Amino acid sequence: MKLASEGKANHSPSSTEVQDDWFKWKEKDLGAAESVARPSLSYWQDAWKRLMKNKLAMAGLIFLFLLTVMAIIGPMLSPYKVDGNDLPNQFLPPSGDHWFGTDSLGRDVFTRTWYGARISLFVGLMAALIDFFVGVVYGGISGYKGGRTDNIMMRIVEVLYGLPYLLVVILLLVVLGPSLTTIIVALTVTGWVGMARIVRGQVLQIKNYEFVLASKSFGTKTKRIIRKNLLPNTMGPIIVQMTLTVPSAIFAEAFLSFLGLGIQSPFASWGVMANDALGAILSGYWWTLFFPAFFISFTMFAFNVLGDGLQDALDPKLRK
Amino acid sequence: MARYILKRLLMMIITIWIIVTLTFVLMKAVPGSPFNEERTTNETVQANLEAHYNLDEPYIVQYLLYLKSIVTFDFGPSIKQPTETVNDLLGRGFPISFELGIVTIIVAVISGIILGILAALRHNGIIDYVAMSFAVLGISIPNFVLATLLIQKLAVDWGLFPPATWSSPAHMVLPVIALATGPMAIIARLTRSTMLEVLTQDYIKMARAKGLSPWKIVFKHALKNALMPVVTIMGTLLAGILTGTFVIEKIFAIPGMGRYFVESINQRDYPVIMGTTVFYSAFLIFMLFLVDIAYGILDPRIKIHKKGGGE
Repeated sequence: MKLASEGKANHSPSSTEVQDDWFKWKEKDLGAAESVARPSLSYWQDAWKRLMKNKLAMAGLIFLFLLTVMAIIGPMLSPYKVDGNDLPNQFLPPSGDHWFGTDSLGRDVFTRTWYGARISLFVGLMAALIDFFVGVVYGGISGYKGGRTDNIMMRIVEVLYGLPYLLVVILLLVVLGPSLTTIIVALTVTGWVGMARIVRGQVLQIKNYEFVLASKSFGTKTKRIIRKNLLPNTMGPIIVQMTLTVPSAIFAEAFLSFLGLGIQSPFASWGVMANDALGAILSGYWWTLFFPAFFISFTMFAFNVLGDGLQDALDPKLRK
Repeated sequence: MARYILKRLLMMIITIWIIVTLTFVLMKAVPGSPFNEERTTNETVQANLEAHYNLDEPYIVQYLLYLKSIVTFDFGPSIKQPTETVNDLLGRGFPISFELGIVTIIVAVISGIILGILAALRHNGIIDYVAMSFAVLGISIPNFVLATLLIQKLAVDWGLFPPATWSSPAHMVLPVIALATGPMAIIARLTRSTMLEVLTQDYIKMARAKGLSPWKIVFKHALKNALMPVVTIMGTLLAGILTGTFVIEKIFAIPGMGRYFVESINQRDYPVIMGTTVFYSAFLIFMLFLVDIAYGILDPRIKIHKKGGGE
């Protein structure tokens, strides 16, 4: 009963007569129809906007920015030297004088931590850059040439890919002797393979698109096609791969230094500091391990979440 | 299938041959002979020693002898501990490392898959959030840092588990946790993402429409397909676990192969370094081969592809 009465009430106003002046002819507004509602964004602007929305990735980016700043100015903020032994003052807990305490030889952990940050960031970035150059050239050629060339080049990659990465690195370090340069060389000797595979896969796909054909029909040289048409369109996966290379290189450096194959004491790297702290931690000198361990874990964490964020942001399929 | 296996087999042999040759070349490139450091031996003794280890032959003969010894699985004596051969060390250390590795893999795979499934089923829920934060942390914390933290907290402060050595199941807990966390995190993330993808497929909708319980859907229908990518990365994970045993065995004082390897590196005991590297590499490459074969058997698409268009 109630429903019926309501229905009646709703209908009654519309039952008034339809008048002509309710309707009027409207000119077609061509300008409005063609106008773009949202500002036009380039691929990179769009990716950046989406990355900004990812809070975890942004936190990672900010952390890495601060870490870079501290790696540059950190050692200057403290009066102590990286290899400044001061035996009477060993194992001092964190205090106003030594913000992160001192280690088994009385060295300032604060200073050493930022030196370690320099080493880690340097190794990570160099490894990523070298992998990038070698991988892009190799993968680009292999993917673009295709056929026999591709087949042979990929067989080589497959064999290299099968080699146990860290074992080869260890072998090289044993022979070449431990130093920063050797570590970077050893890490990149087989490290570029992953990048080459990704670039090749991308190039193989993109080279068959119409815009490449169009470019070719204009008589564009191969070199220019690779540089101007193919590479910019493969940049997304390449950047993601680079972001993920950095933490694995940082881990490898710390791992090797921890085994005594990397950077040698008195120079500081986070791996060396963790190795030095191994005996001290059982006696309760937690700060000797805590700071290098904290920063290495957070740096890797930051690069990993940034890489994940970039992966989502740079994927055109997820574009809204 | 037979052609696929044969191709993989050939690939494996080439890879092992490359690593063997690489090891040989690198060891010959090391400046100095193993006998001219510290102790000054007189010339005759040195010549005799070199003759004993075939170091006076031309490189090509040495290389062939080396290849022969690899094929016959004889890695020669240790230079620093003359009473022992590399085979002795391998025989003593490898079973322990193998045990550690196997337990780690089992723990990592089972817990990783369970974590991944839980996260996928509660997509964007609390469990998903917690599991994935845990996973990213697991990937980010290096195993040697985790190992030290575990010893400090669980062994020294709370006395729950023994801090070092290798004699009872309780001794295995900490090393296995330290070693398994990283691979577990990787597996969990991978399982989650493929599971999410598989759960949107039509055949899952069909199963749901038939009224199957969520658990039955997951275990009977979704899991098999969601696990394929996990199989593909098993090779990489194995390599990670294997190299991980080097530091873990060092930290926990486990008398496994990894510890001998690290010691031999520090003492520049070249035959042991060579032998162990070759052994480890061959082992790992063989495992990769098995993973490839397993993948070929598990993924029906590969077989169909082979039947349809050949290579």
